[in-house]
Amino acid sequence: MPASLVQTESILAIDVGAAVTRAVLFDVVEGVYRFVAAGQAPTTAEAPFRDIGIGVREAITALQNVIGARFLTPDNNLISPAQADGSGVDAVVATISAGPAVKTVVVGLLSEVSVQSARRLAETTYSRVVETLDLSDHRKPEQQLDSIVRSRPDLVLLAGGTDGGASRSIQKMLDAVGLACYLMPMEKRPMILYAGNQKLAGEVQELLGGHAGKLQISPNIRPSLETEDLAPASHELASLVMRLRERQIRGVDELNTWSAGNILPTAYAQGRMIRFLSKLYESTRGLLSVNIGASATTVAAGFAGDLTLGVYPQFGLGESLTGLLQHTDLDGILRWLQLDIAPNTVREYLFQKSFYPSSIPATRDEHAIMQAIARQALYLAVRSAQRNFPANGHSVRTELMPPLDLILAGGGAVSEGASLGQSLLLLLDAIQPVGITPLLLDQNNLLPSLGVAATRNSFLPVQVIESGAFIGLGTVISVSATAEYGEQVLRVKLAYGDGTEARADVKFGGLELLPLPSGQTAKLSLQPLRRADAGLGPGRSGSVTVTGGAMGVVIDARGRPLYLPADPVRRRELMKKWHHTVGG
Amino acid sequence: MLAPVLHVLPMTAIVRERSLPVAGRVTAHMNQRVNPTDVIAEASFAREHVLLDVARTFGVSTTVADKLVKVKEGDRLAQGALVAESGGFLSRSIRAPRPGRVMVIGGGQVLMEVGDAKIELRAGLPGTVVQVLPERGVVIRTVGALVQGVWGNGRIDSGLMRVLLEKPDDVLMADRLDVSLRGSVILGGHVRDAETLRVAAELPIRGLIVSSMVSPLIQTAYQMRYPILVLDGFGGMPMNSAAFKLLTTNKEREVTVNAEHFDRYSGNRPEVIIPLPFTNEPDEPEPYETFAVGLTVRMRRPPFAGMIGTISNLPAGLSLLQSGLRAPAAEVKLENGETVTVPLVNLEVVG
Repeated sequence: MPASLVQTESILAIDVGAAVTRAVLFDVVEGVYRFVAAGQAPTTAEAPFRDIGIGVREAITALQNVIGARFLTPDNNLISPAQADGSGVDAVVATISAGPAVKTVVVGLLSEVSVQSARRLAETTYSRVVETLDLSDHRKPEQQLDSIVRSRPDLVLLAGGTDGGASRSIQKMLDAVGLACYLMPMEKRPMILYAGNQKLAGEVQELLGGHAGKLQISPNIRPSLETEDLAPASHELASLVMRLRERQIRGVDELNTWSAGNILPTAYAQGRMIRFLSKLYESTRGLLSVNIGASATTVAAGFAGDLTLGVYPQFGLGESLTGLLQHTDLDGILRWLQLDIAPNTVREYLFQKSFYPSSIPATRDEHAIMQAIARQALYLAVRSAQRNFPANGHSVRTELMPPLDLILAGGGAVSEGASLGQSLLLLLDAIQPVGITPLLLDQNNLLPSLGVAATRNSFLPVQVIESGAFIGLGTVISVSATAEYGEQVLRVKLAYGDGTEARADVKFGGLELLPLPSGQTAKLSLQPLRRADAGLGPGRSGSVTVTGGAMGVVIDARGRPLYLPADPVRRRELMKKWHHTVGG
Repeated sequence: MLAPVLHVLPMTAIVRERSLPVAGRVTAHMNQRVNPTDVIAEASFAREHVLLDVARTFGVSTTVADKLVKVKEGDRLAQGALVAESGGFLSRSIRAPRPGRVMVIGGGQVLMEVGDAKIELRAGLPGTVVQVLPERGVVIRTVGALVQGVWGNGRIDSGLMRVLLEKPDDVLMADRLDVSLRGSVILGGHVRDAETLRVAAELPIRGLIVSSMVSPLIQTAYQMRYPILVLDGFGGMPMNSAAFKLLTTNKEREVTVNAEHFDRYSGNRPEVIIPLPFTNEPDEPEPYETFAVGLTVRMRRPPFAGMIGTISNLPAGLSLLQSGLRAPAAEVKLENGETVTVPLVNLEVVG
């Protein structure tokens, strides 16, 4: 349906997270779409509820209480379309990240080619790779088969072969996968996505169609040795994951009906939105979106319309926290603590929080631990995703982030920070942007909802974003320098529209804030010393127009990579100082 | 707001499904009285498979190879049984390398499952079979006390419960364990060293219920052959008073320690079951409640983790926490008389 015909419909967006379910209303106000309000409730995918519909209705009820309109009938059915008395909504869209990590078997030919691509494809959703098969695997066919059966996969990703290229080796792999599926009970057979040599598509259908939970065939993710194209396959994968969630979680089918099929995995919707924004705003550098949630930490980066999407359940802040220490040592978390807290307390926090993913820190110590864990989880997730950035998204120095046009952050750990300053510092510490970067905070986790709402109305996301649905934290100037702590590395002058000025002499290791309210712009003059790079090149001075935000203009001269003293006492002192700078 | 419930109940109906991971044979029957160690279902499954490549061995096409196969799908074969024969003057043969069953024939290959393994599913709790799940298992119902925990090492057993703690914050040390405890289930406090777990294994004991344990002991706990059930969590947490009172007043009773893993999706969680005689059969407990004034709750997280109290007020809107966060919260009157503010998501109803 053309967007112009549906542009005045009200849209209820439901986001079912691992810990929290949100109901968000978008409606037309004064001729443009706006974010009206949100309600939330704990997610009920897990026992004792085991039906997401309960949490969805609780979240909608919370939304009703906020805006005083009714969306549910007295017997808890959705009122749709909107009624003349103001009750109900015209359409529903939904995203879901709740559910266990998707156990995935990756099958390909060459470990450095198709298997790598299939692994990257697996990373675009909430998957955990439990087994990999390729040509370098010297196990007997029956051992490979047993290994697939034992891993009890939810999903098999099959890749390999360039289009029109070799097919015999893939056929062997197909045999192993087909037999393994045949040996599994009917109700436990995995979903299969074939994204290899298209010449074999018919054969794949014939061989595996009758044995898979569901078989989907997508265009080849490696149509040639030099080319990788994950986009069509990740779309098919998103659809398979939704089918899987319908099988695993009660209530998903009802949400699918309510939304007339406009339901997507949250991360996929987030990625879709970043790709869209990257194209829309003709981003010359890149857009980065991060979401630190209970089910996973998700990183979506758009470079000139190309999307890199990384979904990392192992870095989620919910039930997977017990496994975090398999990916980092405890010191990796402890380095971010501004309070002197015993290592064992942090270790035990990981377990207690994993028992109760929806619980929140109630004390200062617990909050400090949670913030430290979130920093390390985001730090690791961003570095993992960075490895997959396209060539135009690489930094001159591989250990640094590439320059970005915008960072947009969401998820419980940043949106529920005790203060905006704390959220800002968390993002700066973990992402460590370089150059000049505006930072936006998606406090209501709207981005994925906008990504799925775009399927109903392409105007809605743009209008909602431009109506100020995200909180502008400010513009960050990150200074890279080779200097001693305390040496001056930058002189800045901020010239406001009313003719007044603010100046600062910035020392290496320091963090400075210059006030500039949201919605205002000002001219920022940068004069680096000691060949420091403040975003204009090493030692280069110049002026740029910057946009304000809740934290104003932020000068981060703490070094790239961020310099943290090895001495814990000194490190904690510095961190307290930085916290104090951003308002505690 | 909806509230999850932690069951700590002196007398309740307990209904549990016990089922095989694969299809098998159910040996228990409807209305049968079962003990925890009774086998109620069994299944056999192949540990591995063997693929016999007839086409390649005989050097013939797959179509020809399929015609040379002498067995049918489903056939059970002894070791050395003839699987395929090439025929002709110098006939060659392929024989079953191990005893097993023919699963699939096709494409010039024969797939056999070999290495049969048996699973015996035990009742896990004393009670009566109230439903038979064909090929899967049974539903068992019993009446007694029920205490749920947060972590288990995956084992299950029953025995007489001996109490080795006087106060909820007692520490269980190896020197408290002696031969008089052999064969019993021990109720201890906090465990902080592997030596305690190993000495308990040497006696041996049939179960260990603790308030808390330090997290580095998890690997050792998994190695123990007796069930270990953690009631309150990891770290130095005392036993919650509701569980402490209920368990210590049931000392010297026969208890079942089901230390299964906490599965947040199925709802299976570690629990202690104490079968008790009854006159009027009680109802099953509610799986969840709605937060309300007067409900007994347990705090899940610091600063009051593990403590029990009663909701005295549910303020509207968001409350400011010491952490600086704002969240819907309850005012909870603790057992020591103090009233504290706790976010609702950090509470569970005890009942």
